Amino acid sequence: MKIKAIYESMEYGPAPESPSPAYDWLAKHDKKFALFIDGKWQLPSAGKYFDSNNPSDKKFLAKIAEGGKKDVDKAVVAAKKALPGWVKSGPHTRARYLYALARQIQKHSRLFAVLESLDNGKPIRETRDIDIPLVARHFYHHAGWAQLRDTELKDYKEVGVVGQIIPWNFPLLMLSWKIAPALAMGNTVILKPAEFTSLTALLFAEICEEVELPAGVVNIVTGAGETGAAMVEHPQIDKIAFTGSTDVGRIIRRATAGTGKKLSLELGGKSPFIVFEDADLDSVVEGVVDAIWFNQGQVCCAGSRLLVQESIADRLYKKIKARMEKLVVGNSLDKSVDIGAIVAPVQLAAIEKLVKQGVDEGGAMWQPSWSCPKDGYFYPPTLFTDVSPSATIAQIEIFGPVLVAMTFRTHQEAIKLANNTRYGLASSLWTENINLALEMAPKIKAGTVWINCTNVFDAASGFGGYRESGFGREGGKEGLFEYLKLKTDEQLMDKPLTISKVSKKKKTVANVIPGIDRTTKLYIGGKQARPDSGYSMKIVDPSGTLIAEAGAGNRKDIRNAVEAAHAAEGWTAMTGHSRAQVLYFLAENLFVRKDEFAARLLLQLAASEIDAIREVDASIERIYRYAAFADKYDGNVHHTTLRNVTLAMPEALGVVGVVASEHSPLLGFVSAVMPLLAMGNRVVAIPSETSPLSATDLYQVLDTSDVPGGTLNIITGKKDELATVLANHDDVDGLWYFGTSEGSKAIEYAAAENMKRTWVNHGKHRNWFDLQQGEGEVFLRNATQIKNIWIPYGE
Amino acid sequence: MGFKNQNGQSLASHKRNEGIPLDANLLKGIRVNRSAVERRTATMSQRRSIKKEWQAAWLLRAVSCMDLTTLSGDDTPGNVSRLCAKARNPIRMDLLQQLGMEDANIHVAAVCVYHNMIKTAMDALQGSGIPIAAVSTGFPAGQITLDQKINEIELSVKAGAKEIDIVISRAHVLTSNWKALYEEVSLFRKSCGESHMKAILETGDLATLINTAKASVVCMMAGSDFIKTSTGKASVNATLPVSLVMCRAIREFYEATGFKVGFKPAGGIQKARQALDWLILMKEELGDDWLSPDLFRFGASSLLADIERQLEHFTTGRYSASNRHPMA
Repeated sequence: MKIKAIYESMEYGPAPESPSPAYDWLAKHDKKFALFIDGKWQLPSAGKYFDSNNPSDKKFLAKIAEGGKKDVDKAVVAAKKALPGWVKSGPHTRARYLYALARQIQKHSRLFAVLESLDNGKPIRETRDIDIPLVARHFYHHAGWAQLRDTELKDYKEVGVVGQIIPWNFPLLMLSWKIAPALAMGNTVILKPAEFTSLTALLFAEICEEVELPAGVVNIVTGAGETGAAMVEHPQIDKIAFTGSTDVGRIIRRATAGTGKKLSLELGGKSPFIVFEDADLDSVVEGVVDAIWFNQGQVCCAGSRLLVQESIADRLYKKIKARMEKLVVGNSLDKSVDIGAIVAPVQLAAIEKLVKQGVDEGGAMWQPSWSCPKDGYFYPPTLFTDVSPSATIAQIEIFGPVLVAMTFRTHQEAIKLANNTRYGLASSLWTENINLALEMAPKIKAGTVWINCTNVFDAASGFGGYRESGFGREGGKEGLFEYLKLKTDEQLMDKPLTISKVSKKKKTVANVIPGIDRTTKLYIGGKQARPDSGYSMKIVDPSGTLIAEAGAGNRKDIRNAVEAAHAAEGWTAMTGHSRAQVLYFLAENLFVRKDEFAARLLLQLAASEIDAIREVDASIERIYRYAAFADKYDGNVHHTTLRNVTLAMPEALGVVGVVASEHSPLLGFVSAVMPLLAMGNRVVAIPSETSPLSATDLYQVLDTSDVPGGTLNIITGKKDELATVLANHDDVDGLWYFGTSEGSKAIEYAAAENMKRTWVNHGKHRNWFDLQQGEGEVFLRNATQIKNIWIPYGE
Repeated sequence: MGFKNQNGQSLASHKRNEGIPLDANLLKGIRVNRSAVERRTATMSQRRSIKKEWQAAWLLRAVSCMDLTTLSGDDTPGNVSRLCAKARNPIRMDLLQQLGMEDANIHVAAVCVYHNMIKTAMDALQGSGIPIAAVSTGFPAGQITLDQKINEIELSVKAGAKEIDIVISRAHVLTSNWKALYEEVSLFRKSCGESHMKAILETGDLATLINTAKASVVCMMAGSDFIKTSTGKASVNATLPVSLVMCRAIREFYEATGFKVGFKPAGGIQKARQALDWLILMKEELGDDWLSPDLFRFGASSLLADIERQLEHFTTGRYSASNRHPMA
């Protein structure tokens, strides 16, 4: 009878995945979990626990220990104690452990999937078909990197003890993105899962026990924000890796400023999903489903801003609405739902509030005719059309199943709209025209560009942001560097290189007519400019004798220089070959004036003639080196698992500030500026404060070398004062600082606001003459960021 | 569609596609992205799970949408009659009783044969209401003259075939000669008269999905009642990506003209699980109207046997063997 009714109606039925094995596992632990520290399950020192609930039915799942400061201390001690043994165990041993973890995850894949789905509210289809397979893949891939570390990354070593803080949207997947590369590179780990979703991390801890991972290599400390803060502030933790909101990322950036802790941040996004009129619109609709209704839209790289070419907007909206009508929202363990539950009431409330605001601000909101189940924290798929870029919902990350749509006329306008955001995590663009796709991809400010696909991931491809979406990459070779440091970093010095001073002779020909006064101004937009302040500063030699006066630059000069640098975008668009030609020409012209530059060094440093000539020669060679690299620092084509080409492309950061070393005034300046220029950045440089003349002498060399105006701008003045202006400038994309440790701290702190990429020396000095310290790949890597472009193919 | 239920009422829920003039602009706008299409088909059946009673009901629906087919060089009146007997009673009565479906008049949608077997099939199906579909126009390659093709259609219609499965000239597609394809299919349709026409694209020969999409639209413009993936004789027959592309073409055509055109995947659909995949595809992409024999057919021969086994498994909880079910 029932069958007959179904035969007539052809409805779908329920298809529940059984939660029993997961419930049994919870029951086995009496629904109460301790902390996993030093290979043992340890009770939280304060004895506090919090509840983990199932957002699909609001039911209690388990009590989770709240790790406090003491527990974090314990975990750090354990990780530190485990470190030497783990390092010594070598690449092959580590590879075997990672391989074993991958296998063990696969063996228990369904338990992981069900548990994750219960704890987070995401559909079992997603945990079963996407999350958990990606987790296993991540461990397999990094088992390989573990094996290859000592041959492929010879110059590097582990960072040490790593603190990792992960979000609730992809609990186990984010754990794997954090733990796999960290272990592969020889680090030991303290990981804090998000408080809403600790369960799969605890099951993972059991897996670590099962494979007999040495005690202390992985520690899982559950808890909330305070637990994370204790990790961030812990002096014995060498690196923090964080995935979560931009606001928290900013707090962490500030808290770690100046500590020398390595930091990677994967933060929020408002990623554009761009549809051109020549796209396969039916496929676009499915792309939209994968972009914004995957994981209830609680995805940092969700394609939440739909940018549609005006000519097809109405047609596409109609198709999307028809598709939305067919989406199914419901219990996460139902195998037939498209959208599960929102993770927690607080998140649901945040979504509701933003949607209301969207309506209040005049957006046209549309939701399907059906209503959501009432027994859990559900929210229907929602589409806003007629939204302007000024609307709150077009700017703020909603982190829910809410799509915000607007139209564009031309591809140029699409780029502008796409980049009209503080974020830069990902983007998706849809067109059947490869010319258009490959023109767009480099112009979108985002760490990932998906062409005719969206939300696809693989361990072999780096993932991470531009701009306020954070920095650092996870996955791919590019992701490994987050867990490595250069062996030569340990050779950096606490004191600058000393040069032998020669006693200065009295001028013997002082009674001739005075030379023509050469006023050193600032160099902005390819022109010499008087400092805005109207002041100059005295430049003296080591004996205190006045040798010249230089312009005292101020914040307005920095502002002008940054504007000039932005206008010089032609430099970035040039081919590597053309940039190399300019830099070689620069070296040639410097060579012509070699004696003059040597004389300046003699004068400024009271250096010996040999040392002065050596510095000029080294500078010429260094320019050559980066001219050579301009067309050779290539990207990669990653071996990802889709049928596609994944291009990992190093791109210039944009406008980068350089605060040059106080010492080696020519070589130190050139060594910092040239790699940035070679990679296509435009630079605002602050030369040595005490010896700026080697830099100001370059003005004429730059003029004669066809360096386009605005490409390199030079502002003399009080170094740390100007550095602070650069650090606080939101239109500066990166900042290199070679100065004091206090200065380094100030830079990192201020940079948190727009998440500019900083590279600071924490008061350590380089020997710029040394080829290990004064140049190398690390300069190029810091001058670029990797964009991964996914291009599926197949006719 | 052209067959009646027991009370003699037409089952057709829609007006027959009359075709429209060839519209070259509509063709120009067609875009198909293979990777995205494949992603959709790979995930579609993971998004919908059909279990227990639902599975039994859906599989019975699959039976009612089946063009039970034999198209072999060694067909004789004997095996064609046997097939027709199976068409009348595709599922064992005791199973139907256990499923509560004994009164549901479960039979296949049509029997599909070569022209030579129409008479045999007519005799065997007498009184069942099950129509005969004849493959035509030089099936499967279509490499005969246009006159011969027209003649074959006319003969089959005259012999009593209520449905004619024609093959298109793949050369017209591969040379983008859409006008020639349109004219050819229009002529076929005219020759079919009251009999309904299914246009076989033989997508395995068409090289690309975009060719499939364009050929689908041209065949619909030329008045096809159904578009069908394959002859079952090519190395690649019905696949989900090809089917998705054809279904989306059907949807576009319906939205543009108001005509609902049917879809028939054929060749390679042998398992009950696959049948569910296709039913999900129809429901998701085209809607419930395309879940009835009016607008949806499976071209299949061995699929039925697997469905029978699955239905027995559902009723008994035991895995079944094919020797327990009467063969076709």
